[in-house]
Amino acid sequence: MLLISCPFCGPRDESEFSYGGEAHIARPSDPDALSDAEWADYLFMRTNPKGWHYERWYHAHGCRRWFNAMRHTVTHEIRATYKMGEPAPALEP
Amino acid sequence: MKPRYSIFSLARNALNYHEDWQQVWRSPDPKPEYEVVIVGGGGHGLATAYYLAKEHGITNVAVLEKGWLGGGNTGRNTTIVRSNYLWDESAAIYEHSLKLWEGLSQELNFNVMFSQRGVMNLAHNQHELRELHRRVNAIRLNGIDSEVLDAEQVKAYCPILNTSPTARYPVLGASLQRRGGTARHDAVAWGYARAADARGVDIIQNCEVTGFRISNGRVQGVETTRGAIGAKKVACVTAGHSSVMAALAGFRLPIESHPLQALVSEPVKPILDCVVMSPAVHVYVSQSDKGELVLGAGIDHYNSYAQRGSPIIIENQLNALTELFPIFGRLRMLRQWGGIVDVCPDASPIIGKTPVEGLYFNCGWGTGGFKATPGSGWVFAYTIAQDRPHPLNAPFGLERFVSGYLVDEHGAAGVAH
Repeated sequence: MLLISCPFCGPRDESEFSYGGEAHIARPSDPDALSDAEWADYLFMRTNPKGWHYERWYHAHGCRRWFNAMRHTVTHEIRATYKMGEPAPALEP
Repeated sequence: MKPRYSIFSLARNALNYHEDWQQVWRSPDPKPEYEVVIVGGGGHGLATAYYLAKEHGITNVAVLEKGWLGGGNTGRNTTIVRSNYLWDESAAIYEHSLKLWEGLSQELNFNVMFSQRGVMNLAHNQHELRELHRRVNAIRLNGIDSEVLDAEQVKAYCPILNTSPTARYPVLGASLQRRGGTARHDAVAWGYARAADARGVDIIQNCEVTGFRISNGRVQGVETTRGAIGAKKVACVTAGHSSVMAALAGFRLPIESHPLQALVSEPVKPILDCVVMSPAVHVYVSQSDKGELVLGAGIDHYNSYAQRGSPIIIENQLNALTELFPIFGRLRMLRQWGGIVDVCPDASPIIGKTPVEGLYFNCGWGTGGFKATPGSGWVFAYTIAQDRPHPLNAPFGLERFVSGYLVDEHGAAGVAH
């Protein structure tokens, strides 16, 4: 079970959260100008790394706010959680 | 040619105290170059090698496996085989696979213990029941056996199931595919390995691919922990690591990797003679020939490569199990494990060409790849040999994410694999 530190509420059990997938995927500012391949890249393609992953979580049974986390996909260690809009922590501090 | 397995060879070897059984496959050193290198020695990869040799006469093939054969998802699934999919594209490829299953033990001369004991999908509310009728009708229009059972017929088919109308989630009906069932997953890998090896395929275990040799947009071979191996064509069948392999080749896939957990109970005498699946309370369960209940449910929702998940997922599926089968309430669970499943946005696989010339990917089977093992290998072998997809896997190319022609089995079928 993961212990996830919500930036608003503090450490809570994983069962309170929903997962939101890869973070920091910016919606294209001018979708009309995109080719189908560029649109597919935005919509479907994912980095899916084996290692550190920047990802979104939603505190569904808590403050009901979204935030980001930096979590390792092999050890499941959570290095940092941070609010939406804040810069992603560096990979190697 | 290997001696065939038969009742006579069993008797003959019994007289020799079973000391003279032939090795099932060779373990050769890798050659400097092959016509086709298959990355991944699971069921799908070994089936691909077998059909390349058998259907297309390409025997200068190596299967590279980083661990041991069938040690990944092939040995971690819950062994359910069925073809009751909603969409025509899925129905065609899974039904092709089911037909191959039906003759597989004979063809491979290896008992894969394919048992067509029937797969029943339960409906617990009116909406599900309507969807289930629609799905059964669509499946029958594709010529695949499927039928609807009402609650009484469900009770008759599986008497230990709790069909009480006062249950928290009462069973209103079910769909049944009588040709569905289970198979022994290890035997599938071993059977294909033995048959492929007999046709000259080199099976190389403990050989991890660490990179692709690519020049001018064309694959030239692979880098491995046992040195570089040249290849005219490279086929990647590495469920659980597809995105990692794609990154080595320089492109991305529409895949997220998740843990899928399963568990088995202590062995008991025969009590459950069919497969029961419930998408709503979410568990699927069958009984193995050893007597263990084999059960699984949904994925852990976060990305992971760890082959383990959170206990809450186990708790949920055991809640579902005891809701459906109160009789199992005192049963103890023996083992629990996780496998990494590569899930596509539309819950359908990717089988075909990639941006790199001569490099083919077969991945993204998500939670339901085992049932497709023979069909997947069959179409993938065709794709590699002909350098174009077979009509059965043409709808499952990577390009569908650009065209938007998705085969949406997530939402449409609402299936628990």
